[in-house]
Amino acid sequence: MDARILEELRAIVDGRGLVSSPEELHTYECDGLVNFRVLPRAVLLPTSVEQVQSIVRICHRQRIPFVARGSGTGLSGGATPVENGIVISLVRMNRILEVDFPNARAVVEPGVLNLDVTARIQHNEFFYAPDPSSQTVCTIGGNVAENAGGAHCLKYGFTTTHVLGLEVVLPDGSLVHLGGKTLDAPGYDLAGVFVGSEGTLGIATKITLRIVKRPECVRTLLAAFDSTNEAGAAVSGIIAAGMLPSAIEMMDHLAIQAAEAAVHANYPDCGGLLLVELDGPLAEVESLMTDVNGICRSNGAWEIRIAQSEAERALIWKGRKSAFAAMGRISSNYIVQDGVIPRTALPQVMGEIQRLSQEAGLRVANVFHAGDGNLHPLVLYDRLVPGQQEAAETLSARILELCIEAGGSITGEHGVGVDKKKMMSKMFAEPDLLTMQRVRCAFDPLQLSNPTKIFPTPRLCGETPGEYTPHPLESSGLAERF
Amino acid sequence: MDAETQSHTAALHSTLRYKLISFLSPEHVQAASAPDVVAGVQPRLVVIPGSESELAEALRLVGDAGLTVIPRGGGTKLGWGNPPSRADAVFSTARLNEVTEYAWADLTVSVGAGCTIQTLQETLAQHGQRLALDPLWPAKATVGGVLSANDSGSLRLRFGALRDLVIGVTLALPDGTLASSGGKVVKNVAGYDLPKLATGAFGTLGIITRAVFRLHPLPRNTRSYSIGTKRAEEAQRIIHAIQNSKLAHTALQARFENEAAPIVDILFEGTEVGLDAQEAYLKELAELASLTVASPDIWNARQDLWSLAKPESAAVAKISVLPAEMDKSATAIAKSAKVRQLRFKTVLQATGIGFLRLEGDPSNLRFSLQDLRELFESNAGSLVVLHRPGGMAPIDTWGSAGDALPLMKAIKKQLDPGNTLNPGRFVGGI
Repeated sequence: MDARILEELRAIVDGRGLVSSPEELHTYECDGLVNFRVLPRAVLLPTSVEQVQSIVRICHRQRIPFVARGSGTGLSGGATPVENGIVISLVRMNRILEVDFPNARAVVEPGVLNLDVTARIQHNEFFYAPDPSSQTVCTIGGNVAENAGGAHCLKYGFTTTHVLGLEVVLPDGSLVHLGGKTLDAPGYDLAGVFVGSEGTLGIATKITLRIVKRPECVRTLLAAFDSTNEAGAAVSGIIAAGMLPSAIEMMDHLAIQAAEAAVHANYPDCGGLLLVELDGPLAEVESLMTDVNGICRSNGAWEIRIAQSEAERALIWKGRKSAFAAMGRISSNYIVQDGVIPRTALPQVMGEIQRLSQEAGLRVANVFHAGDGNLHPLVLYDRLVPGQQEAAETLSARILELCIEAGGSITGEHGVGVDKKKMMSKMFAEPDLLTMQRVRCAFDPLQLSNPTKIFPTPRLCGETPGEYTPHPLESSGLAERF
Repeated sequence: MDAETQSHTAALHSTLRYKLISFLSPEHVQAASAPDVVAGVQPRLVVIPGSESELAEALRLVGDAGLTVIPRGGGTKLGWGNPPSRADAVFSTARLNEVTEYAWADLTVSVGAGCTIQTLQETLAQHGQRLALDPLWPAKATVGGVLSANDSGSLRLRFGALRDLVIGVTLALPDGTLASSGGKVVKNVAGYDLPKLATGAFGTLGIITRAVFRLHPLPRNTRSYSIGTKRAEEAQRIIHAIQNSKLAHTALQARFENEAAPIVDILFEGTEVGLDAQEAYLKELAELASLTVASPDIWNARQDLWSLAKPESAAVAKISVLPAEMDKSATAIAKSAKVRQLRFKTVLQATGIGFLRLEGDPSNLRFSLQDLRELFESNAGSLVVLHRPGGMAPIDTWGSAGDALPLMKAIKKQLDPGNTLNPGRFVGGI
């Protein structure tokens, strides 16, 4: 990228809006996936949709790839910069533009922090439901890109459930509106396609969210079991009884130890800890809580606590939500994995993870969104021990294969990014991936918006599958196809 | 069509039929007849593939021949949408009707597109479960049809729309590709969410051959109540009060019709003790003096809009408005009906989705639909015409698709470059 273009970009944003010195650029070389690092050519921090459009138009004209970025908390490398590309950081577009209580909608810019939405509306007994563990620092724009989940999506659904409309700058710089404040806008559900597309279809500049009324009461139960298998059986029992708790979380012994060391959540010292949260009308919740209690006991729970105050409840959740970071207390390095399995495969998959862990000589701590089968195995290792990082990466990939074999998914909420591109071919057949890429070509024919993510083998747009057109190099005799 | 084109087309049809019966038995490649008419257009063939791969291969052959395909499930909503610009072959999913994998303990089901909603629900009920969806005409409507037409009912308020319930689809594309996306687990962000793209795409991008749904338990108990109101504003106030309360209702709708007083209906599901508490709470909401226990039949009010007498002089439309503007919308409908001398019935759900039946002089019906569409669109909403009487001049089904229409056309071009599927039936001529 020559200096002239850099100047052109600088003219769009104000002086603070361009980062191009190598020292400062290092801040942006990776997101939460720290073992992939690429230095971008420049970072732009626009403050308006017009600025985003101007930047993207230049990228389009000059064929410069760009990567949109929020707080950079993503764990799959969705915001990893692209070689010779720029990063467009949306953190300065952080206004909550509108709160509409009668219609239960909020309109926000992409740089608004997840928890700030709830902070703005809670005086009126509303909340924003998706609650990724990073919600104090992650942005709504990032949540949209990744279709972020969280513990409570078991009942309330994912980001995609709560995004009704989007204003999007397409990769050619044009502006479109997908969905809206009302439901079922005529045409294809492109808001549904955009959410979770990991920044590959354009940049969301305005997001219309659904906000939710707080339930009458919330009850949180903590149950201690000897093993995750017993805890898992209790989960199946709860689901089979026809209940839909707002969250069911599980931690194994190693994860409990780490959480205790980090935040002193006062968890019982056990092999499998279950956290069940019910919400709704008081009478309903109390009646169901009795049932949950009984199901846990009959599956071997030897200690059951129900949070008696909001402070106790907050402490229980603090232990769970800080579980990833807490691994630092018991291991110098760790890989966070994000697989999904059908809930019923839990005992079998857990047994297999344990076996693989022993075989590799590496500890694996397990934190699950047990209600929806979303596993977060944390593979612990020491980078300074030769060969351990590679062994950990192999083990981590093997765990994902287990998830696929069990009929599950390679990612439940962290996204594919650069981290799991290769696994995509194991989960999907070639025609499946090609079809997704055709959709991508409709949005981004030049493949400028976060290229190199999601797809293991990018396909040039304009190629129709099954129809062979020689490459210009072939036609001119400069290359041959074998 | 001139004589030459006609004979050319006839030759194409006969060649196609010959190719199709090379792998489908003749009884599954039938000549179409009058009942197969699609919005006034007579197709030539009815193809009934027996497997996903047969369907994909047959679709490729039709596409290659430059002919067109109208996908059909139960045929209950086949009249929705603009008339096709051309209809050669109807593709029936009737034989793709199996529940292929019911993982009840995981609360998911994989089901063929041709399975009826009723058959599916009966299977799920054996394990005390359901697809938490109440679409129109469940005895005939199929999984593929309900998805393509995006027909969610009143349960949507609590359980979400089809887009929230479908977790995987397999699509047959006109080039013969069979592509799956999503998966068999509820929580899954691997790859693009094509189940949402297929939902409501009206069969214009691919033919849905299979879908995977997340399931919910059947309710332990249900109770319905109706609340009489005097005016639309009062109905709105009550709905707002209920939505703003700590009640955990499953469905909430308001019914309006010409001179009749508006009625608000509410549905609860849960444990007996929970329902008692909710009933007591509902009664406490000060203004609900005229609360009565209602029959579950009130939840058929939407479907009844089609089955009332005089279909030849009635139009039915789906509307979408802001939830807080239901009263304004209902008042506007009443006003338009009065000016145009029409009878009307409207069912508005608390989500802001509503269904409207207008009855009377066909040209007045058309004026009224146009006026209301303009009004709703200017307030961020929409009006989609689902049924028009024979005597009414054609009207675009969909209304405006906004500034994303070029993008939608680009997607259509990527997945169906030959315009094989349901040509001309969707928004903006897609």
